Amino acid sequence: MPAVQETVDRVREIDVEQYKYGFVTNIESDKAPKGLNEDIIRFISAKKGELEWMLETRLDAYRRWLTMEEPDWARVSYPKIDFNDLYYYSAPKKSGYGLKGLDEVDPELLATYEKLGIPLREQEILAGVEPKNRVAVDAVFDSVSVITTFKEGLAKAGVIFCSISEALREHPDLVKKYLGSVVPISDNFYATLNSAVFSDGSFVYVPEGVRCPMELSTYFRINEQNTGQFERTLIVAEKGAYVSYLEGCTAPQRDESQLHAAVVELVAMEDAEIKYSTVQNWYPGDADGRGGIYNFVTKRGDCRGVRSKISWTQVETGSAITWKYPSCILRGDDSRGEFYSVAISNCHQQIDSGTKMIHLGKNTSSRIISKGISAGKSQNTYRGLVSAHRKASNARNFTQCDNLLIGQDCGAHTVPYIESKNASAVFEHEATTSKISDDQMFYCLQRGLSEEEAVALVVNGFVRDIIQQLPMEFAVESQKLISISLEGSVG
Amino acid sequence: MALLEIKNLHTRIAEDGTEILRGVDLTVNAGEVHAIMGPNGSGKSTLSYVLAGKENYEVTEGEVLFNGENILEMGPDERAMAGMFLAFQYPIEIPGVATITFLKAALNSQRKARGLDELPTPDFMKLVREKAKQMNITSDMLKRPLNVGFSGGEKKRSEILQMALLEPTLCVLDETDSGLDIDALKVVSNGVNALRSPERAMIVITHYQRLLDHIVPDIVHVLSAGKIVKTGGPDLALELEKNGYADYIGEAA
Repeated sequence: MPAVQETVDRVREIDVEQYKYGFVTNIESDKAPKGLNEDIIRFISAKKGELEWMLETRLDAYRRWLTMEEPDWARVSYPKIDFNDLYYYSAPKKSGYGLKGLDEVDPELLATYEKLGIPLREQEILAGVEPKNRVAVDAVFDSVSVITTFKEGLAKAGVIFCSISEALREHPDLVKKYLGSVVPISDNFYATLNSAVFSDGSFVYVPEGVRCPMELSTYFRINEQNTGQFERTLIVAEKGAYVSYLEGCTAPQRDESQLHAAVVELVAMEDAEIKYSTVQNWYPGDADGRGGIYNFVTKRGDCRGVRSKISWTQVETGSAITWKYPSCILRGDDSRGEFYSVAISNCHQQIDSGTKMIHLGKNTSSRIISKGISAGKSQNTYRGLVSAHRKASNARNFTQCDNLLIGQDCGAHTVPYIESKNASAVFEHEATTSKISDDQMFYCLQRGLSEEEAVALVVNGFVRDIIQQLPMEFAVESQKLISISLEGSVG
Repeated sequence: MALLEIKNLHTRIAEDGTEILRGVDLTVNAGEVHAIMGPNGSGKSTLSYVLAGKENYEVTEGEVLFNGENILEMGPDERAMAGMFLAFQYPIEIPGVATITFLKAALNSQRKARGLDELPTPDFMKLVREKAKQMNITSDMLKRPLNVGFSGGEKKRSEILQMALLEPTLCVLDETDSGLDIDALKVVSNGVNALRSPERAMIVITHYQRLLDHIVPDIVHVLSAGKIVKTGGPDLALELEKNGYADYIGEAA
């Protein structure tokens, strides 16, 4: 509860239209020339000291990508992207590969993460926070991972948590075994592009029977102008393992749009569980719709083993355009997939997001709870697929899509696709659309709440079920974020 | 100075222009409890909404002074901060927001407006528990979303709890007795009576004498066709109970 009040304080502190994370870090960077061709890909691969097979995979992806068309079925519109007008690699000069410790990281960079409230100094984190709340962080700045904290502590438990570049050097066989096994390189236009040019991201490996002793988190930051961020994350939970992972993202305020095309792959083996949470706060563009991040992301989890479980929780408040469908392939018998989403759009933001639950195994179950909140002139679409394969006996799905509209000029759309090839599958779908009623506003105001406090309160009530799925610290943060992103949506 | 002065108040429904109040005059001093009675459609609820600042009504003539200040230009939240409280006839549901969360947000918002610090959570909890107990409200009920699935009695008790917490100077109770059985009526009335004080005034809007058996008013008004047509002491309510409103309906028209 105190979050509501804090929320309100935060909203008051911030001027309308001021995106808190909109600052730019002045830092020398190492960039590949603009544009995309095989030489650029060779450059990226060489920069990262990759093995030959990885380079070949990248080139294969690139050649396939050249033959593919950008998808246009989503309910979003934006000017055509000139993929040759982007930088595909940008790294802060003093960071990443070859650094011994934090002391060697550019102080400007450390200051940036400090400003963002991301703790990178382990001793400071340890000093102030209860051990149970410790979070290990992998910080990705433009194209490279800057630092990963608590690596040693995790290693003792047998958990590998590092940047994907490092994993490709240190654990190549492990990466090779799983990379692209959930999202194949030719999966879709953006995923294929990512497979060709991905620069960094996180790798997590939790061995058999290990319960990861702390929350893992990756923090993505796009700083450079005209730079695409193509991160690649791979999480593997072996038999009986458990891991909870959270990603957060911000970017400076710029007039031009920036591209973010990530691929995330999750693999859960027998009895394993992966909980993946996202608090997405990319720069959404200004009140007139200038600038903002294009967030074109492919996220997929494979419940490969029996009784495995994958749960996606997302709080989406940023980005000019979001195209994102975190999905679950329920391959193992008795496996379970969950998708909990809060997607908030304000001003000119466009969101086309949802999930896919592909039931392949017997007795598989899935649950989808999506809460869309639209304000301003934004468009907010839920698009979801639930399918049952011929062999997926007794597959179960429950889907609930609720939309809340604020104001007259926004739109909310729900596009559910259901395919069942097995007669014993039971799929349920519920959808509602509501507005914050004048009566609710009047009631809150009569008790002394301001209009913004009232909206924050009603919206936080609307999304409560989802926020409860997030780790505690992030739940509080999300409540604040929700209020901030709805600022100026009333009156 | 009177706490509340309503002078020649005329209002209509903004949407269709229907005239509801046609020249209401009313003066309420601190410490007084006024009852406003009248037949259906006489404008009782409208009067309460106009006082609280609901947007759907348009004031065409007259003024409303609260502590000497014209409040008609103020928003509902500013009026609340100034000490006005409306106990709703039909309290509004707010799904997903625990009652306790709402209480705390409202109280702290008002405290801040009065230049006070937010109440620390332990102090707040102690205060709420104490006041809730008087209203027969369990901690389980405080955790439920505000007014969602509340029975009629629970809704009204929750309204009075909010009133007790926010300590307004003017309490407007709009048909607080509707939907209450006799036991709930007693609890609610006791809660209201506990708030009577020399600094605070109340306007109790009701159809029936039975509420006034428990909350005994100082002054009783009859509102008919948008005007106060008769003012008297508590006896007036008894007379209305016996004879009905028939005498007054003709008078206003």
